[in-house]
Amino acid sequence: MSSQPVKIEVKDLSIHYGNTPALEEVSLEVREHEIFGIIGPANAGKTSFLKAINRMDVFTTGMNVAGDIRFGDIDVHKADNIYALRKRIGVVFPLPVGLPMTIYDNVALAPRLSGITNKGDLDVIVERCLSRAALWDEVGDRLNSLGSLLSGGQQQRLTIARALSQNPEVLMLDEFSIAVDPVTTMRIEDVLKELKSEMTIILVTNLVQQARRLADRTAFFLEGRCVEIGDTEAMFNGEVQHQKTLDYIEGKFG
Amino acid sequence: MFSTTQLNERNQRTQGLFRLLFLMMTWLLILPVLIIVSTLIYKGGSIISADFLFTVPTDGMTAGGIFPALFGTVWLVGVALLASVPIGIAAAIYLSEYAPDNWLTRVINLAIINLAGVPSIVHALFGVGAFVIFFKFGTSILAASLTLAIMTLPVVIVASRESLQAVPHAFREACWNMGATRWQTIRRVVLPNAVSGILTGVILEVSRTTGETAPIMFTGAAFYLPFLPESVFDQTMALSLHLFVVSTQVPNVPEALPYGVALVLIAMVLIMNSISIAFRMYLRGKKKW
Repeated sequence: MSSQPVKIEVKDLSIHYGNTPALEEVSLEVREHEIFGIIGPANAGKTSFLKAINRMDVFTTGMNVAGDIRFGDIDVHKADNIYALRKRIGVVFPLPVGLPMTIYDNVALAPRLSGITNKGDLDVIVERCLSRAALWDEVGDRLNSLGSLLSGGQQQRLTIARALSQNPEVLMLDEFSIAVDPVTTMRIEDVLKELKSEMTIILVTNLVQQARRLADRTAFFLEGRCVEIGDTEAMFNGEVQHQKTLDYIEGKFG
Repeated sequence: MFSTTQLNERNQRTQGLFRLLFLMMTWLLILPVLIIVSTLIYKGGSIISADFLFTVPTDGMTAGGIFPALFGTVWLVGVALLASVPIGIAAAIYLSEYAPDNWLTRVINLAIINLAGVPSIVHALFGVGAFVIFFKFGTSILAASLTLAIMTLPVVIVASRESLQAVPHAFREACWNMGATRWQTIRRVVLPNAVSGILTGVILEVSRTTGETAPIMFTGAAFYLPFLPESVFDQTMALSLHLFVVSTQVPNVPEALPYGVALVLIAMVLIMNSISIAFRMYLRGKKKW
């Protein structure tokens, strides 16, 4: 994996909400076509980290971001067009949000925002994205029902399908499995393994074993700091630099 | 397991007593409406006919119909809405979707609340100064309607803003995360889901505007003008003012006439309110989340 070029480079990233620090001086690199896992207990700053990368700070009052983030050739915090930036990054948050429109329109929204209007093209995108999100079999015959009235697990897969419909370079998932049953979780994990060949994936998870199953490299966040980053296999085999990391992986706190 | 103690019994009795008290107060509310409507129908119902609605008043307003007033009220309310609805909705969208939470926004919100509290007679005098004299519209439908529009603006803004805020914030974030601009988010997700609430607010506002008298009295409503206006620069009769005139200013009016005018006025308002309520019930049935 180390031969892959860097996709996202983060340097001295600090995030504050008002005067409360959420993340302090985090530096790391995410490489192309890897699944980069981030584990850590609540309040570790994992979600804030994701928000900084797709510039959600603009919409969050009191959120202050300092430090450097490079996404490909873009300096994220000096980017003129944050909308173009967000189109290149798909995000899935823990609580699924099916928009109050049909399932079809949910998935066709991002392509439409990018100017795709041809019905045939949209049909192809919708079917492909729903299939990849392991949802097509369940909703393929009722694409005109409301996306917001699906069950929680289905809405989460709809959210994933929507993120994929942007055809993103980076897919960021924030504890996506909270609202999904174990069987579906496994199906989505398989999908993520396949997607890796097409995009870079950042996987924030509260399930340590999920990181072990999926991530090529894993970062351990604790209380707003990045304690360590390492090869996932090595880390889970006990090759860690900090005792805290081992304790967390082994479930001694968290 | 839970034996009924004396304390329990007393709590039960007290709770029943309060329920009865609240119920009685609620029934008391209906009483004035029932009395007003039944009196109007009893005393004025006999005069209502197609002739009454669609002919001009005659014999110094002691006979004939009310058509110029009915027609004028529709004009006044229509032009007022044309002015207040676009401005009000645009302002509501700004306040709900764009405005940063700073002192200026708070001042604007405070101003809107205060504007809603300004007495209608003050609005009327403002209308005379601003539209009749300064903008030289003269006493005309335009001046009267714009005065009504200013009066209704705060209510349109507040109702629209509430409807926009009722659309969950998570929908906006989901949209933004896909790279949608604020405007794309508003147009595709927020507005389609707020439009029903906004419309309900507007319809309720129509019914309120219909009955207003003071703001149009000095700005465009005529005492007696037995023909129809030809443009927005003409004066017009209006139902609300006509009611005031025939009940207090003109001698020898048959008793049924003012009651008939009041009945038509209140019927217009009740019809508007009913449409609004029916609309709301219809939309509640197709809730999307």
